[in-house]
Order: sequence, then C-alpha cells, then structure tokens
Amino acid sequence: MSAGFFSRGFRGRRRQTDDRLPPGQYLVDGFPVLSAGPTPRTPLETWDFSIVGEVDEPKRWTWEELRALPSEEVTRDIHCVTKWSKLGTRWEGVSVDTLLEGVETAAEYVTAFCDGGYTTNLPLEDVTGGRAWIAFSFDGAPLEPEHGGPARLLVPHLYFWKSAKWVRGLRLLTRDEPGFWESLGYHNYGDPWREQRYWGD
Amino acid sequence: MAEIRRLTGRLAWRIGEVVETRPAAPRTRSLYLEVPGWEGHKAGQHVDVRLTAEDGYQAQRSYSIASAPEEGRIELVVEHLDDGEVSPYLTDELRTEDKLELRGPIGGWFAWEAREGGPLFLVAGGSGIAPLMAMIRHRAAAGSDAACRLLYSSRSREDTIFAGELDRLTASDGSLEVVYTLTRSQPSGWTGYARRIDDEMLAEVAPTPEQRPLVFVCGPTPLVESVATSLVGLGHDAGRIKTERFGLTGG
Repeated sequence: MSAGFFSRGFRGRRRQTDDRLPPGQYLVDGFPVLSAGPTPRTPLETWDFSIVGEVDEPKRWTWEELRALPSEEVTRDIHCVTKWSKLGTRWEGVSVDTLLEGVETAAEYVTAFCDGGYTTNLPLEDVTGGRAWIAFSFDGAPLEPEHGGPARLLVPHLYFWKSAKWVRGLRLLTRDEPGFWESLGYHNYGDPWREQRYWGD
Repeated sequence: MAEIRRLTGRLAWRIGEVVETRPAAPRTRSLYLEVPGWEGHKAGQHVDVRLTAEDGYQAQRSYSIASAPEEGRIELVVEHLDDGEVSPYLTDELRTEDKLELRGPIGGWFAWEAREGGPLFLVAGGSGIAPLMAMIRHRAAAGSDAACRLLYSSRSREDTIFAGELDRLTASDGSLEVVYTLTRSQPSGWTGYARRIDDEMLAEVAPTPEQRPLVFVCGPTPLVESVATSLVGLGHDAGRIKTERFGLTGG
C-alpha cells in the first residue's frame, strides 16, 4: 500500500550503506540495554547451567565447571529488533556444540530458559554447528548483569532477543514452543536479513 | 487483536496523516495522527515509524503511543535528539497534513488494560511518560477506580510533559496520585522532591509490597535499572515489575 510513498522533506542524515547492516537497522556505538523486567542477580555459588528435555540424560554444570570447559573468542555483528546494530562485538564463551557433545536426542528445537522467567525458542540447528555460545565475557571483561551476566546465550545471526540474557539452560524439544517475545507478537525465527521482526514478516 | 493479526498475517505498514503537532516540552513535540484502518491498541504499546527519502533511502524507529485506546487519533511523543536522524525530522520538519508511515501496535508485555485492575505504580523518567500516560488516560476513559500512583522524574517543571493534564486529572480523581521530582531546577517555593529517584524516595512513594502493585517503569536505562533493582530490594515481586527503555538508542 505504500509503494511510491516518501516522507516530505526527509533526506536522511546518516546514509549508512554499510553492507553489514541488515534492512531497517542503524548503527550504534554504545550498547543499549533492553529487558522486560528487573535485572536478576543470581550468586555464582548457586548458579548452574543445565540441558534438559528430550535427552537420554540431563546435563548440569556449576559456574566453575562451565568456566573450566574450552571457550572460544568470537567477534560478531549483533542486531536488535528495536533497530540498532552494533558491529564487531567481541565475546568469549563456551560453544553450545561443546555442551551438547555426547547428548543423544531426537529434538529439533530448543527453548532457552533464564533467571527472571524469560524464554526464547530456536531450531536446534541454529544453536549448533558453531553458531551459538554461552557467553560470559564482553569486550574483554566479565559480562555485566544488565547485559545478561553472568552468562547469556549468544546467537548473533538472529535478532538479539534470541540471545537470551541470564540464561540458565536449554530445554530440548521435539515440537517448537514459542518463547516470551515470540508469544507477544515477535517473529518466531527472527532473521534480521529477512527483516523478520513481527508475526507475518 | 493479536489473534486476528496471527490469522490475517502481516503487520502492515499504514499511512497516517498528521492532524496536529504541539510542543510538549522544550525539546519535545506531540504528534497527533489519524491512521485509516487502525485496529486500536493497548495502553503501553508502541509503533514503528518509517521515513522514506525521495531516492528510496529509509530509516525506522519505535515510538510509544501516549494516547488512550479510546481516543480516535494516535499521539506520539518525540524528543529531539541532536545526533538523531529520525527524531529531528519528526520534531522540526513534520507538520500538519503531512503523511507518516507506521505500523503497529507492537508489544503486548508493557501494557495495561483497565480490567486488569490495580493498584498501579507507574515510574517515569523524562519522555518515558508516554506509554504511562496512555495507561493513565485509558484508566480515566474506562472509568476505572483502580488506585494509581505515578512517580515522575524530570529535569524541571518546563520539562514535565503533560503536567497540566496530570494536575487536572488528579484534581478530579481521588484514587489517582502524581508525585513529581525535579532533578535540575525547581520553581521558587517548590516543596516536592528535587533529586533523582532513590531507595528512600521509592520507600516513601511506592505502595507497599503487600499491596502487590502492578509496576511499570519507563525512562532512560540508568533510571529503569536503579528503580527496578530498588523495588526488588524493597520486597516487590520481580514478576510484577515491567520495564521499558527510552531514548538512548540514538534515534
């Protein structure tokens, strides 16, 4: 309905044509914070990470056990559905592949669950094959609580609400179950390059 | 409505007409839009606005809706950001009879409907008042008697968006209370709060945890982080505190 429409007097000042910028996004230098409620603060002594659901045997790591696993440094662009993108962000974390090593499952989906009750759903293949991490460090420093610390899921190829803050585990599922924002009108998959912001996009 | 959208598919871009613009504070304008085919919204929801230059270049941003669902037109409150690309156009260039492309409403979490009842505790910082104003207006339009208290932090009285309307509403409604804090400058004779919101202020102003208020906090990130953390520390149920950030993403 909007073909041929333009905004009288709008020329656009930033003209960001960087080909790393998905449609409808703009660049920021800062790191905006978005969350739906108070920032949870779980002491590391009681923190754990688990893999549950459709698995022959659930797995669990304490904070120290998780940090003892091999970790990777990754540098990726991130894209928030609220339109900002940040290029070349530096993270350190444990690959989800490492956590799923030796796990037998018929699952095709995962739901990440978090302190504070937040959930988000993803196809299993989007968190495996070197595409997702449990990140505990940002830009060389421990991940701040307001950015999801002590650890968040990092799935940089999808809109950033999929990179669940304060993540405490993955539930493997044979059927897809919409998570928190996915139940509230946001796209089930969330590919920024296809601008999948909302239901029906 | 969400269900209807799921069945009909895409959240479509619509072209609204600017029917009025009005200064809301020194660097902030209210835009009033009529949007043909608008399906209505819940108080607290937002829209995406998309600007298109003649050569096809586009920029998008999100803005909260400040008007009640009961009003025929949509009010957006836009603060001019110096390094912004979209907000200076909306505050300085856009005028009555211009067209504006938008889609929505978006976001069903930071939202309140009168039938959910109260008590409500609303905390606003600056232009973060917008979605909370929609709730206050909706509460009034729906004839709700749910107890509602707003704690509203702004730099000065002139920066206090909707002050006149809030004062009128509280004068005629015994279950609505508004508490202001003016952080930078205060009119002579000011006896209210004159500092940033802190633990002590929240302990004085917020309903008690036993009253189980529904809490909505909207403003810049430092305010939202500190208010939400303080309220949890005061014993409020984290699951009843909803937050929304405003204005810091360079729009």
